[in-house]
Amino acid sequence: MATIDLKTAEAEIPVIELLKKAQEEHGYLSPEVLKVIAARTGQPLSKLYGIATFYSLLTTRPKGKYRILFCKNAPCHVRGAKRVLEAIVSYLGVEPGETTKDGLFTLELTSCLGLCAVAPTMMIGEDLYGNLTPQKAIAILEDYRARERSEHA
Amino acid sequence: MRNPSRHLLIPMDPYTLAKGAERVKNALEKALALSKLTDRVRVVETGTIGHHEHGVLLIIYPDGVVYGDLTPDDVPQIVQEHLQGGRVVERLVVRDIKIPPFHPQVYRAEKQVRLVLRNVGLIDPENIEDYIANEGYEAAARALTSMTPQQVLETVKESGIQGRGGAGFPTGVKWSFAAREKAPQKYIVCNADEGEPGTFKDRLILEGDPHSVLEGMLLAGYAVGATKGYVYVRGEYRMSIARMRKAIDQARSKGLLGDNILGSGFSFDMEVREGAGAYICGEETALLESMEGKRGEPRNKPPFPPQAGLWGMPTVVNNVETLANIPLIVKNGAAWYRSFGTPTCPGTKVFTLVGNVVLPGLIEVPMGITLREVIFDIGRGIPKGRNFLFAQTGGTTGGILAAGELDVPMAYDTLRQVGSGLGSGALLVVDDSNCVVDLVQNFVEFFNHESCGKCTLCREGTGRLLELLNRLTSGQAEARDIDLIRRLAVNMKRAAFCGLGQAAPTPILGALDRFEEIFREHAEAHYCRSGVCPMNAQKAA
Repeated sequence: MATIDLKTAEAEIPVIELLKKAQEEHGYLSPEVLKVIAARTGQPLSKLYGIATFYSLLTTRPKGKYRILFCKNAPCHVRGAKRVLEAIVSYLGVEPGETTKDGLFTLELTSCLGLCAVAPTMMIGEDLYGNLTPQKAIAILEDYRARERSEHA
Repeated sequence: MRNPSRHLLIPMDPYTLAKGAERVKNALEKALALSKLTDRVRVVETGTIGHHEHGVLLIIYPDGVVYGDLTPDDVPQIVQEHLQGGRVVERLVVRDIKIPPFHPQVYRAEKQVRLVLRNVGLIDPENIEDYIANEGYEAAARALTSMTPQQVLETVKESGIQGRGGAGFPTGVKWSFAAREKAPQKYIVCNADEGEPGTFKDRLILEGDPHSVLEGMLLAGYAVGATKGYVYVRGEYRMSIARMRKAIDQARSKGLLGDNILGSGFSFDMEVREGAGAYICGEETALLESMEGKRGEPRNKPPFPPQAGLWGMPTVVNNVETLANIPLIVKNGAAWYRSFGTPTCPGTKVFTLVGNVVLPGLIEVPMGITLREVIFDIGRGIPKGRNFLFAQTGGTTGGILAAGELDVPMAYDTLRQVGSGLGSGALLVVDDSNCVVDLVQNFVEFFNHESCGKCTLCREGTGRLLELLNRLTSGQAEARDIDLIRRLAVNMKRAAFCGLGQAAPTPILGALDRFEEIFREHAEAHYCRSGVCPMNAQKAA
């Protein structure tokens, strides 16, 4: 403990924030990206992999363009989250953890998003959605699809 | 701008933004410019006022009118009829929101007492002038110029405030441990890694009044002799991170952070650190590990953080709500603070009321209020004519209270006596359309997902508990499974490494003690009386 140089430790960009930045740039933390960061920071690759797989906002696998974080905790659960999730699963044709064939959506379950007063909730990218019903959730996803189509048209 | 004749408050929080608050605000600014009112009214973007069921809100001071469920199309009418014509637009008025008088030091509404939330929803959180105008930084100025660090510490100690993050440890005592350490560097860390399901108070404090937290940290630093502070904010909370960063920049430019603050010789600076998605990082030593750039796994205790924390240096880790209380305590004194709450548990508590309740949202009440008052008076009861089944206080790690316990006073000590706790301030209300076994399975799924894997009891225990509960809810359980669940839960409580594994059994045992009959029905008769558990569907098919 005594050997830590506090000035250096405080000034350093925390490795977790480096990983987040790298992920923003490359979409996910591939072995190549992790190796570059390992070389730059002098940290063992195994340690970086350990961090990348520990935190849920970091990912070592490619994801869809939009990450859907769907809350499955109790406050959403008691307000009908299960039926909403079933509707999303059947609309997208993927189970939680999977990415749609067109690479647009990755469906993931998340712990509480802190929006419980408007439960059930989900987060897509940085956008928050609440008071979800099965119909409303599908309409939101259809909006994303429509936007995507018009961008490509 | 000369003195504005009216203030238009528009809450900008995750809820209203999701409902289009940004578009309403743009429409408002456009309409004001068209009507040449821009110089006569001031539009203030505030944090939440705690109500989320009325969509986008606009509050008009000093008229005291609250408009709700607004769309951009409603705005021209409000500007023309109300602001220019002086007639209230009745069709848009929300009547069940009671708003406080402007610039209150403390405001009371319907059993609520707002100390921590004194400014939330009433000031522009992105403008330090608003905070200063509401007596902000007065406590810091007084402490730094006319109190010794020891006097600040004693005041906080005497106030009797207990940590608002969950464990309820006396804040002044924690500070005194760090104050007595001799070290080249000490740190203040604000734990804003709010992840407890059902809890969003810290988010809304940071987003509604970030300077109160900043001032609390500054005072903590002065009291214990720390010169550096970190706010560790949950990575998902984008707006909290942005507003806190802005608050820090503003305070620095006013000389309220940095070297030789207010000519006192005391220096203190702050930074925001972002989390990356891990519930366990709310545990203070896991948080410190994460801040040091590692996997957020908890450390052995002792040594406790006030002795050896961040990079091995004495560190005070305090919750957001705790810190937001500090400026008021220092400014008004310990005796004033003790006039709120109960003798053994002074002050107020911010709760997030969620689940099956008519008016969910953010509330602040004096310690000692009963669950019945919170659910049925402030929350207006259970919707859709359903009945109360149980409440869970303190988030998913909190205990279970059944209908017979609605009159237990809510405070750290009184709830502990019935096997529950205040925890993080989440208050989940569950109606009788739900199944208690299904919910316990939901709790255990959460723990199983969030267990960091460091100790066997938690890593394996949550997994085995989930298997047992899956058997119960799918009609494959045996009678002995109930006892297996109980034994496993008791062992985890006794022997898990950190607070997560030790607290995980709380709702399981609480539910088993109160609803054993329902568990037995699932295990022995493979029957779910509420019809929620899928075994009924299987049987019907």
